[in-house]
Amino acid sequence: MSEPETHYLNDGWTLRSWLLTTDHKRIAWMYFATITAFFFIGGLAALLVRLELLTPAGDMVDSDTYNKLFSAHGIVMVWFFLVPSIPATMGNFLLPLMLGARDLAFPKLNLLSWYIFTLGGLFTMTAVIAGGVDTGWTFYTPYSTLFSNSAVVLAASGVFVVGFSSILTGLNFIVTTHKMRAPGLTWMRLPLFCWANYATSLIMVLATPVLSMALLLIVLERALGIGIFDPELGGDPLLFQHLFWFYSHPAVYIMILPGMGVVSEIITCFARRPIFGYTGMVISIMAIALFGFIVWGHHMFVAGQSLYAGILFSFFTFLVAVPSAIKTLNWTATLYGGRIRFTAPMIYALSFLGLFTIGGLTGVILASLAVDIHLHDTYFVTAHFHYIMVGGMVTAYLGGLHFWWPKITGKLYSGPWSIVAALALFIGFNLTFFPQFLLGFLGMPRRYHAYPEEFQLLHVMSTLGAGVLAVGYLLPMVYFGWSLWRGKPAGDNPWDATGLEWRTTSPPPKHNFVDTPTVTGRPYDYV
Amino acid sequence: MADQYLDTVEKGLALHPAQASTSAAQVDALFWVLVAVCAALVLTLVGLVIWFSVRYRAGSDRPRPGGIPDKLGHRIELGGAAGLTIAFIALFAWAGSLYLYLYRDPGGDLLTINVIAKQWMWKLQHPNGAREINTLHVPTGQRVRLRITSQDVIHSLYIPAFRLKRDAVPRLYTTAWFEATEPGEYHLFCAEYCGTDHSRMRGKVVVMTPQDYADWAQENGEGESPARAGERLFTAYGCSGCHRGDGTVRAPRLDGIAGRPVVLASGGTVIADGAYLRDSILLPQKHVVAGYEPVMPSYQGQIGEDEILQIVTYLQSLSPGDWITESGG
Ligand code: HEC
Ligand code: HEM
Ligand SMILES: [Cu+2]
Ligand SMILES: [Cu+2]
Repeated sequence: MSEPETHYLNDGWTLRSWLLTTDHKRIAWMYFATITAFFFIGGLAALLVRLELLTPAGDMVDSDTYNKLFSAHGIVMVWFFLVPSIPATMGNFLLPLMLGARDLAFPKLNLLSWYIFTLGGLFTMTAVIAGGVDTGWTFYTPYSTLFSNSAVVLAASGVFVVGFSSILTGLNFIVTTHKMRAPGLTWMRLPLFCWANYATSLIMVLATPVLSMALLLIVLERALGIGIFDPELGGDPLLFQHLFWFYSHPAVYIMILPGMGVVSEIITCFARRPIFGYTGMVISIMAIALFGFIVWGHHMFVAGQSLYAGILFSFFTFLVAVPSAIKTLNWTATLYGGRIRFTAPMIYALSFLGLFTIGGLTGVILASLAVDIHLHDTYFVTAHFHYIMVGGMVTAYLGGLHFWWPKITGKLYSGPWSIVAALALFIGFNLTFFPQFLLGFLGMPRRYHAYPEEFQLLHVMSTLGAGVLAVGYLLPMVYFGWSLWRGKPAGDNPWDATGLEWRTTSPPPKHNFVDTPTVTGRPYDYV
Repeated sequence: MADQYLDTVEKGLALHPAQASTSAAQVDALFWVLVAVCAALVLTLVGLVIWFSVRYRAGSDRPRPGGIPDKLGHRIELGGAAGLTIAFIALFAWAGSLYLYLYRDPGGDLLTINVIAKQWMWKLQHPNGAREINTLHVPTGQRVRLRITSQDVIHSLYIPAFRLKRDAVPRLYTTAWFEATEPGEYHLFCAEYCGTDHSRMRGKVVVMTPQDYADWAQENGEGESPARAGERLFTAYGCSGCHRGDGTVRAPRLDGIAGRPVVLASGGTVIADGAYLRDSILLPQKHVVAGYEPVMPSYQGQIGEDEILQIVTYLQSLSPGDWITESGG
């Protein structure tokens, strides 16, 4: 096998050919580079947090520093890594390829999204350098508006700016999916990865403006002292929580749906079976995206909202778990009667399946009102969302990266080392986060710099697990780097996968396809 | 005397939090059922994945069944969805009804303790006037109500051994109740992030036998209950001059106002809950009572959070007509 002579990567080597490119594949690379940097910045903050928690006394850093560390961790990981992670990188790279299109609908807008993203990142990084921000990623008022002495305005502005990048990417994906599908590629023939990115884009476009507005109000209140959230001026501090979660609950689905899309592609390919219940999967994706908008109040069960609002939000939260459960059922059923190969992408996908299920079901425990009174704002919640966002989404991100790496770069990477990395991730993850469920049930509150002695053993276990987890995240950097430098050519379709992206060369040519492909049947026609 | 409870502080690695209130066992029963249901689902899933992975691994030459027919497939999906929905609704109903029971104020004359949170301490006041900071003494076998507010940011009062948590929100008066069962000392945490020393905004709950509590209260009581202090402040701040006087200003009577609907000049109606009473003192222009002139001065910046709470406690302790009987008698 050999590489094609010209492709998108060797089409120009100057910095300018990268920074001013409108090729979705190159823009995807620019996102890869930026979000990887953010991932390691956020990871460093997490590492320091975990080291501090080795001992009950807050003795490594002082309290303000600790508070700034977990805030930086949350803000960077949520807005600068997880929200853009799969859509902005693999979504950007693959959506046009999977649709059989030459690019996204608005290539220049796509480039603009990246610049806006980077600008927002610069704001937030400036905030971190200029003393840091200590409000947590949730920016609760009136703490953030009246009491915090940290760089709230800068940090909030960064998140505000980055929101526009999400909105523009979302718009671009929606229009592309509607307008640029190859001949014969009807909606019910779309790969689930496209559906997942489509649903994610809808949420981005509909929910992000609410967050932007809430952040703007924080900035206004801090700068001009108008009484929106300030109780002394007749404002309502809980209003902020409503606005924030109206965005942030749907946003948690921004942080999982694309992962579900990736996993669907991987599981069918390595089970060599068509996905079980394609229609059910599509309906579930859309149901999750829609119902995600009516459950935000489950973050406020003890915050002083009315009892009956609590009951209603709890009910909807239980229901929103049903479509997710159907999806896990269908992934499992896809394995039935297959010819399963355990490559690294498949191990990531199966890890996702287990970890996401635990994350989702502990969400159901949290939705159970009387129990949430006890568990709210403890490490149980921390464990719940890390199981989904890290065990689920980050695992899916790595799975997707391993799956499409040969397509993106045209190179193969080390099989055995990638399997080691995938297993280290699964083991390290559970060691880190399972103890946190126990901590939470025992009553250990979140965001604690110092804590009572009886929690120490579990905290130590968690920190040790984080060490293993770090290996799982660092190893791929090594063999991917090696692969770029020395990797063997991958050939067009090393996994023998279906899907239009595999019908072109690896790496693909500048305009993706020499001839526009046509589609004649359903996706995933594995024997 | 309270020292005798010191030994029972939770120490060492516990795998189950102490149960020290009537609701702890109720919440735990639900929790373990939820864990059992979730564990069963996770184990089924993992079992199936492992089974399929071994049986249908690429290397095995076991004959492969054809795909699951579409019709059967739909049945499996719908059956799964229906089964889960039913199970979830049952769990929801259990959890929701327990929540209503635990969270709704039981009403009546409970031992009511005022709690004011501030960065970074808990200030508590007992009905007999006893005050404490970061330590809460309570008797067993008696329902206790907490009336909670904050004077700065949002905090959250968390007593894991009671499975009780309630946010302390500035401007709002939230209530929570519990009935302690086991004498001993337990953690009291702040669960809502509130700034620098959030993790040091901790204290303890000392649960005592009723006799010990009575002794403790006697020893520490300062004679003036929050309601009585409120009554004194009501005069001291000149409220009574307008609200009880026959002077030149016409102001609404306040005996029995707490909890009742008030018609506003703007046309709406509000229930006179704690937050409304507090707003009336600090932001009188926010809700002007129908039929009155907006002449009440704002007390913003002149009156402490604990004093407001005492006045509110006083107003809430009045029943309709109290002022008439008082002045008549
Ligand atoms: C100058 C006279 C005056 C003084 C002093 C005064 N008030 Fe008022 N207050 C009024 C008037 C007039 C109203 C009705 C108009 C309004 O709602 O602003 C009122 C309304 C109220 C209400 C709402 C009553 C309702 O029926 O809903 C409360 C509660 C209240 N005052 C409490 C207080 C307290 C507590 C103080 C002392 C800290 C106080 N007032 C001092 C004149 C006064
Ligand atoms: C499968 C269905 C899910 C259910 C039933 C569920 C339920 C819940 C509930 C009830 C809470 C509130 C707990 C509390 O604060 O006391 C919560 C918190 C949270 N969940 Fe989920 N969840 C689900 C899926 C997800 C997903 C997919 C994500 C992310 C990708 C997620 C991320 C979060 C986060 C980030 C928080 C806590 C936020 C914070 O307080 O900082 N959840 N979830
Ligand atoms: Cu949520
Ligand atoms: Cu706190």
